[in-house]
Amino acid sequence: MSSIVCKDLCKTFQQGEEIITGLDHVSIEIDAGDFVCLSGPSGSGKTTLLNAMGGLDTPDSGQIRVGDTQVDQLGKGPLADMRLHKIGFVFQAYNLIPVLTARENVEFVMQVRGVPANERSGRSHDILKEVGLEGMEDRRPAQLSGGQQQRVAVARAIVSQPALVLADEPTANLDSVTAAHLMDLFVELNSNHKITFVIATHDVRVMGYAKRLIKMRDGKIISDEKQQQPLIED
Amino acid sequence: MKTLPFNAMFTLAWRNLWRNHRRTLIMLSAITVGVWAMIFMTALMRGMVDDMLLNGIRSLPGEVLIHHPQYRDDPGINNSIPAPGDELLKALQIPEVTAWTSRVRVPAVISSERDSRGVTLVGVNPASEVQVGFDIDSIVEGRFLESSNDKGLIIGAKMAEHLETDLGKRVVVMSQDPDNNIADRGFRVVGIYKAKLASLEETYVYAGLETIQKLLKLDDMVSEIAITGEDYRNVDKWYPHIKQAAGEGVDTLPWYEADTYLGSMLSMMDGFVLVWIIVIFLALSFGLVNTLVMAVFERVREIGLMMALGMRPSTILYQILMESFLLLVIGLLLGNALAIGTIIPLQDGIDISVVAEGMEMMGTSSMLYPALKLNDMIMANAIVITLGLLTSILPAWRAASYDPIEALNKT
Repeated sequence: MSSIVCKDLCKTFQQGEEIITGLDHVSIEIDAGDFVCLSGPSGSGKTTLLNAMGGLDTPDSGQIRVGDTQVDQLGKGPLADMRLHKIGFVFQAYNLIPVLTARENVEFVMQVRGVPANERSGRSHDILKEVGLEGMEDRRPAQLSGGQQQRVAVARAIVSQPALVLADEPTANLDSVTAAHLMDLFVELNSNHKITFVIATHDVRVMGYAKRLIKMRDGKIISDEKQQQPLIED
Repeated sequence: MKTLPFNAMFTLAWRNLWRNHRRTLIMLSAITVGVWAMIFMTALMRGMVDDMLLNGIRSLPGEVLIHHPQYRDDPGINNSIPAPGDELLKALQIPEVTAWTSRVRVPAVISSERDSRGVTLVGVNPASEVQVGFDIDSIVEGRFLESSNDKGLIIGAKMAEHLETDLGKRVVVMSQDPDNNIADRGFRVVGIYKAKLASLEETYVYAGLETIQKLLKLDDMVSEIAITGEDYRNVDKWYPHIKQAAGEGVDTLPWYEADTYLGSMLSMMDGFVLVWIIVIFLALSFGLVNTLVMAVFERVREIGLMMALGMRPSTILYQILMESFLLLVIGLLLGNALAIGTIIPLQDGIDISVVAEGMEMMGTSSMLYPALKLNDMIMANAIVITLGLLTSILPAWRAASYDPIEALNKT
């Protein structure tokens, strides 16, 4: 079953007097449980496509379906609900709430979803342990390294066991060892929890982990191929 | 629709508030001082107005006055009324009425061997007059009247000075009887009183009620019936009962109608207090809005992140309003505490005798007693919270209107 279906997406941006094409008639289907990398140079449209899939940005035309939800027809509130319940986000710049501890950051989405305190506490403890941050639960973001912060962000993205995780350049600010650990974690979560991952990246090391590699340029998909020997072991 | 639980929103708001200690403390100081100024100045103004009103009401005590319908236009002997009848006497037994008295009050001329002055001659029953509020301690020389048929006269210290007379000396009081004939009589000055306002000492001279009724051939007729209760502010609760018992043939008026100047003074003060509170709040609101705008501006990315994670715009709005609410509540608590802490030590009065003459023109005495009223505190707090939250809607709405992607990309 397809986790995401995008049909004929178009998106343009105005930059000064210049019109920039973000997405140019992009159509794509991503299966549930897949591990997809969107690659391409800066301005190729991978982040725009990722944002459109996540309901963070609205295409000028075309249709997007995530699971059984027609994303392009939702208003601001329902879009927020859809992101809350179905999608986990990992951003390039960690993006943690600075006044909350690691545990509170992880619990934040569950709090908004109304998960009871006991369950929240147990799940946040387990997930932080899983991402290797046991003992650091009560540290605030400023007291964590970049890699640790990104792990907290990943923990937050997956703690509610969303069907889909969208990650935008998740390794961009990490050293190679930390980046490899993070990708190993993604692979493990994909294998163990059957979470669909869509990762926008121009890091070739990350692309090596993908089961499916989609290359973009100038807002178009220029290639879409299954990887013969991904670093993922099914 | 899911939203952030109250305790999580509270925690987030509280921590966000203290992200910039200095800014929060400055804003808190401004709210505290503003609230203190609202309550403290209101208490001073209330104290001053209370003093003016009490001086007015107690110049001849009575919170409800019963007169002949024409008496207020022509306070002469012909506009007298009978002493209270059975129905009125029964009505005066209600618990809200603490005391009542009858008076003859007519214009007269008082003459000594040195000078003559126009005065208001008041024939009183000394016992009931003291019960309704005549201050016996105001007699600074001699004694007060001993009975209704006392033949002595009480005059004010200023009047004694004008007439160049003194205790024990004789003066002549002249007025008109119901037949428009001159009615005059010699009185010995048996007491001299001092009033809070010198003008009162020049206005009223007191004699026994029966003595004056005989002089003016009034039989048992009186000029007014004066009634007092526990608190002049609560007169509306019991005055209609008295009015009904007194009947249609007389004017039964609460103090604020009997003396419209005093009544309008109270209304004006209520309005003035409200304007004062709002003016201070307006000054505060600029700081409050600026603080919140800065707080929002500094956290654009964070707000974008919360939206991206699934927080609805309405929850963002509540979140910012919660921060404003906390700031306002802390400021109010501190402001109220500071106001109470500075007003209570001044309950024994502030000596304003340096400006007493100027104040006397306004009808206030030389001691100012701040009057801390619960209603005024509630009004100040309610205005600060309500208008504070209303003015906070602008920055909160701005935060809730961010586009998540634009907000996340802010540097």
